[in-house]
Parts: sequence; C-alpha cells; structure tokens
Amino acid sequence: METVLIYGLINSVTFVLMSIGFSLVYGVSRVPNFAHGSIYVLVGFLTWSFVNDFNLNYGLAILISLAIASVVGMALYRLVLIRLRGMPTSEIIASFACGLMIIEGLRLQGIGGFKGFIGPNYFLSPFFEGKIQILGVFVDYQRLIVVGAGVILVVALLLFTHYTKIGLSLRAIAQDEQAALMLGINSDRAAMLSMAIGSALAGLAAVIILPLGNVTAEVGYHVLVYALAVCIIGGLGSWTGTVLASFLVGYAMKISTFFFGALWESVVLVGTIILVLLLKPSGLLGKQKELEERV
Amino acid sequence: MASDILLDVKDLSKSFGGVQAVVNVGFTLNRGDVLGVIGPNGAGKTTLINLLTGFVKPDHGRVFYKEHDITGMPPNRIANLGLARTFQVMRPYHSLPAYKNLVLPLNSPRIKKAAHGKLGDRDSVAIDILEEIGFERDARVPYKLAGSLPLGYQKRLELARCIALKPEIILCDEVFSGLSMAEITSLIPLLERMVMQGVSLIMVEHRLRELFRVANRILVMNFGCKIAEGAPQETMTRDEVKAAYMGGGGK
Amino acid sequence: MSAQDRRKKRIDRSIKVRSEGLYSLSSWREMAYLIAPRLLLIGGLLVAPLVLDLYWQKVLCAAGIIAVLALGFDFLAAYVGLVCLGGSMFIGFGGYAAGLLNSSLALPPVLTIPLAAVIGACVSTLVLMPCLRLRGVYFAIVTFMLPLFTTHIIIALSLFGSTEGITGLDILPSNWWEQYVIVIGVFAILFGLRRIVTEDVGLIMMGIKDNDQAVLASGISIFKYRVLAVFIAALIGCFAGAYQAHLYGWLGLSLFAMDFSILPIAATVMGGMGTLTGPVIGALILTPLSEALRGFGQLRVVLYCFILLMFILYKPEGLINYLERKYHQFERWEKV
Repeated sequence: METVLIYGLINSVTFVLMSIGFSLVYGVSRVPNFAHGSIYVLVGFLTWSFVNDFNLNYGLAILISLAIASVVGMALYRLVLIRLRGMPTSEIIASFACGLMIIEGLRLQGIGGFKGFIGPNYFLSPFFEGKIQILGVFVDYQRLIVVGAGVILVVALLLFTHYTKIGLSLRAIAQDEQAALMLGINSDRAAMLSMAIGSALAGLAAVIILPLGNVTAEVGYHVLVYALAVCIIGGLGSWTGTVLASFLVGYAMKISTFFFGALWESVVLVGTIILVLLLKPSGLLGKQKELEERV
Repeated sequence: MASDILLDVKDLSKSFGGVQAVVNVGFTLNRGDVLGVIGPNGAGKTTLINLLTGFVKPDHGRVFYKEHDITGMPPNRIANLGLARTFQVMRPYHSLPAYKNLVLPLNSPRIKKAAHGKLGDRDSVAIDILEEIGFERDARVPYKLAGSLPLGYQKRLELARCIALKPEIILCDEVFSGLSMAEITSLIPLLERMVMQGVSLIMVEHRLRELFRVANRILVMNFGCKIAEGAPQETMTRDEVKAAYMGGGGK
Repeated sequence: MSAQDRRKKRIDRSIKVRSEGLYSLSSWREMAYLIAPRLLLIGGLLVAPLVLDLYWQKVLCAAGIIAVLALGFDFLAAYVGLVCLGGSMFIGFGGYAAGLLNSSLALPPVLTIPLAAVIGACVSTLVLMPCLRLRGVYFAIVTFMLPLFTTHIIIALSLFGSTEGITGLDILPSNWWEQYVIVIGVFAILFGLRRIVTEDVGLIMMGIKDNDQAVLASGISIFKYRVLAVFIAALIGCFAGAYQAHLYGWLGLSLFAMDFSILPIAATVMGGMGTLTGPVIGALILTPLSEALRGFGQLRVVLYCFILLMFILYKPEGLINYLERKYHQFERWEKV
C-alpha cells in the first residue's frame, strides 16, 4: 500500500511535469501545441548528444538544450503559428506537422552522416545514483528529484504568474486578450513568450524524467498523449485543473497497477478520460462550458 | 382568460460569478402581446432572453410556457415548442446563401411535424419568407452568400429565420439597433403583421420611440431587477424609471 | 399577391442567378472546358488498373485507401468543423472488425467489408460521442489520443492476436477486384459526399460549423447531427480499413500507425480543403511519392509534414482551388 502511495505521488508529479508546459501555452495563447512531445524528446536527445558526442559537462549540456528548446518553441510560434492565429483547424494541423517533423526527423538516417536516434541505446544518467528507503519502500534519488522539481516548478510558476510583471501580463492575455491588448500588452509577444516557457518546461521535464528510462523517439508521442489526456481531464486552459488531473490520473494508474497489474494502466487512463468527458464534458475545472450552456 | 397566458415567468434569477445578472424577474405574456423590455446597458435584458430560451440555465425560478414547465430544457427543444429568438450579435451561416439559411429552421422537428414529414420545396418556401420580409427589391439578394449581405438584410434574415420556425413567440434582441430610420420604418409594419397573425413578441430594445409604436406593454429593468411594468407612456413617467434612465440619484 | 403568383414571377426574375453554368451549353468548346478535367480524373482512375504494372497497381490501391480516408477527413473538417487527427482509428477499427469477422466467422470479403464498415463506424461513433458536446479542440485531441491508446489496450490485454496481429485472412479474388473495389469506392464516396453536402443534412452541418447557437435557436439538435457526421466519416474510414485488411490478407497494430492519420491530412490540405476532389488528387500525388521514397525510412513522414506545412502556410487554398483559378484564367485568355 505504501508503494502505491509513494509511487502514485511520483507518477502524479511526472504527469504534472509533462503537461504543465502544454497547459501553460494553451492557457495563454489558446494554441494547442501538438509539438509539445517532440520538444520533450528533442531536449532528451540533444542533452544526450552534447554529453556523449561533444563531451560537455552534464549540467551545461542541459542548460544549452533547454535554451535550444525555448528557441525552437519561439521559432515555431514566430515562423509558423503566427500566420495561422484564429484558425484552430490550421493551428492544430500545423503544430502537429511540426511535431511529427521533429520526432521523425530525429529518426532520420543517412543524411550528412547523421545516424538517427533509433533503438534503445540512449540513456541519460541520473543526477545522483542510489536509493533511499521511505516508509519501507525503496525509492531512487532521481524519483525524489522528480517530486522535488515538480513541487518547486509549480510553486515557481505560481509565483511567476502572480507576482512578476511578465507573468501577470501572461495571465491578462489568458483571461481577456482584447482588454490586455488595450492595456498595451503585446499578445503576440506574450504568446511567443509562453511558447518559449512552455517548451523550456517540456525540456526540463525531459531532463528530469528521462533518466528514469531510456530515450526513444516514441517517447515523444507518449508524452504528448499523456499531456493531452491530463489537460483534457483537468479542463483545457485551467492550470489548477491540470495539477488536479495529474494526481487523479497518477494515482488511478498506480492503484490499478497494484490491483490488476501494470498492463491495465492504459485501460484505466482511457476509462478515466471517457468517464470524465461523460460526466463533465469540459473537464474537472474547465472554463469552457458545454455547448448548450455557453453564450 | 387563463388559457390566454402564453408565457408565465416566476422569480427568475441568474448570477455570473459575483454579478447578479437577473434578480427575481417575473411577468406574464398573453397571446398577442408585444412586450418591450427596456433598461440601461447591463440591466440583464439579454440574459433574460437567454434564460427564457434555455441558452442559460437559471439559478432559480421557473418558466411556464402554455402551462408546461420549460425551465432547464435544452434550447433546441424550447425552440421546437415555438419560442424563436434573434441574436444581438448577428452571425448568419455565412458560408451558405441567404435562402439556404432558412433550410435549417425548415428542417426542425417542429416544422417537420406540422408538415407530416412532407417538407415540399424548401427553397421556394424559404424565398417566399425572404420576399415577405423585405428581400423583394433585388431578386439576386436571396442567392448571395449570407456573410456578404449588408447589415439591414442580415437583421431581416435573422427575423426570417424565426418566422420560418412558425413560432408562437418571437424574442427579438435589439432588432432595431444599427439600422437606419428608413430601415426601421420598413421593419415596423412587418412586426405589426406578425402580431396580427397571432405571434406574440418580446422585444429587447434601446430605440424607445420606435418600440412604443409596436409594444402594448413594457417592462423596465435595471441592475437585473424589474423596476416597472405597464403601458408604455404611463410607465415611462414613473419616477423610478426616470431615475434609472436619467441616472438621477436613485430615489 | 398569392405565393403562387409570386413564384411564377420569380422564375423570370432570377433565371440568371439560378442558371450559372448554363452558358456552357452555348458551344461545344465551353462544354469541353468544363467536362475535360472531370473526365480526366474519372477516366484516368478507371483506366489506370489496365495500364499499370503490378507494382504500381498495388500503389494505386494504397493511394485509394488514403484518398478514401482523406475524403472522410475533408468532410469532417471542412463541412462539420471537426478536425479528426486520428484517421488511423477508423482504419484500425474497420480493419479489426473485418479481420475478426473473417477469421472467426469465416465470412467472405463481400460480406465482411460492408459489415465491418458499419460495425467499426458504430464503435468509433460511440467512443467519440462524449467529446461531441464540446466545440473547439477537444475533438482533435481525443481523436489524436484514441489510436495510440487503442494499441496500448490491444497489447495490454493481448486482444486479437496482440502484437502479432491476425494473419491468413481471405484476400480479394483477383487483381482486378482489388483495384476496382477501391476505385469505385473512391468515386462512390466522392459523389456521395458531394450529394450529402448539398442536401439539407449537409447544409445543417455547415450551419453548425458557422453558428452553432443559431442552429439551436432553430430547434435543431447539434449533437444529433454531429453524431451523424462522425458516423458518416467513420463509415468511410472503416470501409478503407476493412478493404486494407483484405487487400493484404493480414492485419496488425500498424493499422493504427501515424501514417494513416497524417497522410490523409496532408493530402487534404494539399488538394484543397472543402473541395472533396482535392483530397483525392492529393492522395494520388502523395502516395506514389511516398512509395518512391520508401527506401529512405522516416524521411517519408518528414516529407509529408513538410509539404503539409508549406501548403498550410503558403497555399492554404490547396492545389485544386489554385488550379481551378488558373484554369479559368487560361480559359478566358484572348490572343492579342
């Protein structure tokens, strides 16, 4: 039972880390960033590549990859999405296409001597090796770091959005774009910033979570799907909802693993999504009202 | 007399967040009535219409239509009972030609039931309605894309969409606003004709002078509350109504 | 004036408006301009199986599958306003339905393909129903997630042969069957959809896309029509899946692969959204292209995405609309 409690917590925080970037971008700019997962794996591979191919210091490698991630996020907005604002269909398709290009591009072989990241041979090393026993359950340090980082991140985001000028302007855009524009907030710049932050968050999640397993391109799809699932359950655009949904899903999955076995995880996840959509179509804390109710 | 009551509204309330949009509003509407709903901006007039037509669910209060409780029904079912409405912000089906806009109400279960499943030539029926409502001047207009029509025509189209539903009550949300005097004067006979045909109207309006030409009763709202109700000229002379409009210190 | 009289007068007044296109009856030349491109597509597709060699015949079948999927996507996205990122879900459900009917009940393909299309469509519609009450990106997100989760579930519960898939299905009797089933399928769906979108049902769906509230105010249930639209699209997608299962005689989790989601979208955007012919043309261009690039592995997907991105950014109207414009310009050229 303690296992469920502790690993459920770790799992939940993992979901928070994975989805908070997506949620932030959607909350601010109403862009469903389907390239979220690909930035996640991109950072994973970049870090690996910096460490193993260029023999950079691990910390430095992470910093550079995160910087690249935010530049990619910004470029994505500046070059692609900005032309498609207000056309949700095109926004979705374009960001989806960009994401696929990145993920599949990582698997490209044979162009310019690039070998492509294929196979299960890519690992990021944990920050600290070793394990610790909590309530009679062995937990390795990396998982503790995940929890710690998740908590710090959520608190930092909270402080950032409530007490800094930039953060406040992001929230203003999220709440009422027109009014924010009138107050002199540049909504494009804010959206670009949110993409940069969102991508950096995706990257941060990657470097924290990926040492727990190996790095493959498919991870990108999974992360995107988990992020989407969590955001749908929590209600798109609601940051509190995202965190809440992460815990719901995280514990639901671990509990089902405990009772039925690991194979049922995805079944439970789908079940949760469908159940939530049936009971409360806009998600747990969704601001988007039901079609019938909205005016 | 009791059977003449079409709509009976009791203690309707709705608040959005902390804002009380509509507070305990109640009134009755008899067959053939034209009820004008007036009040300053933000008085809750549009919310009232949304509440009556089911687009917003009331916090409490009841709406009875022909003695059936229609509170909380989905909007499409309420429309099928015969309550049609226009929208303040007009958004016609812009990618369809104007006359095809009417295909939707003509396909509603209400009309289908009345026609016993035989719809006939919907296009002709649609153009009949459009011509009746003032599209007759240019034969090409009904075939143009609804999104490209000028404002006056879009307002008419909005009304035509209601008429196509063969409703018993039409709730008009500011049909006069944004129209020129000439356009309004051509709309008024149309509304009068509908009333003659036995349709009751609830009209939310800011153009009082024009409204009083059609309305036989008015309801004045301010800050979500009903502050007066009665015959138009008499009601407007009441102190609380004057106060609401002139902003003269309340009492 | 009675309605009868007015209608009579109207016929005189609006004849010009109602008869656009009739001008072409004035000369054979005009008619040829209108008919030629249509004939080219229909005739080309009908003749193609006779002239292609075996390899390209297979490619034609694959292109047909993508074309069918693209038609379904175009219908949902452009006429109903629902962006479906999971075309592979339809193909997967249809394929598995056909495979199970064939392998466990031993029904012949003639029966399994239509049956599987209907069964798969019912299942997909049921699964998608919860998110149809919402507008916006919910539908896109849920459809994107479902194929991936379905593979997870199939592996987790080792259903239907798990990762191995189902092999040894009946294949279609001959080469000709294979090709003409899909070619005729494409035409039937193309013309069927064009019919639907001009009928009242299609108009109502377009109305929902334009202004959902007014549709409600007209007494029409949005949900009902959306369910209907999704059912139609799923029917189309599941037909493609069932056909694919019988084309190759086996099926596996690759039916849920991303290719089947992204290629139809790319084909639709390339051909021109909302044209219905566009997606078919797009599929006929993209699939052979992807066959040619088969040796390059993942480059294919990158390439589709690149094409998709370029079209959506720089030619959002798509090939068909662009060509049509140029064609009409060309048609009206005068020699000076």
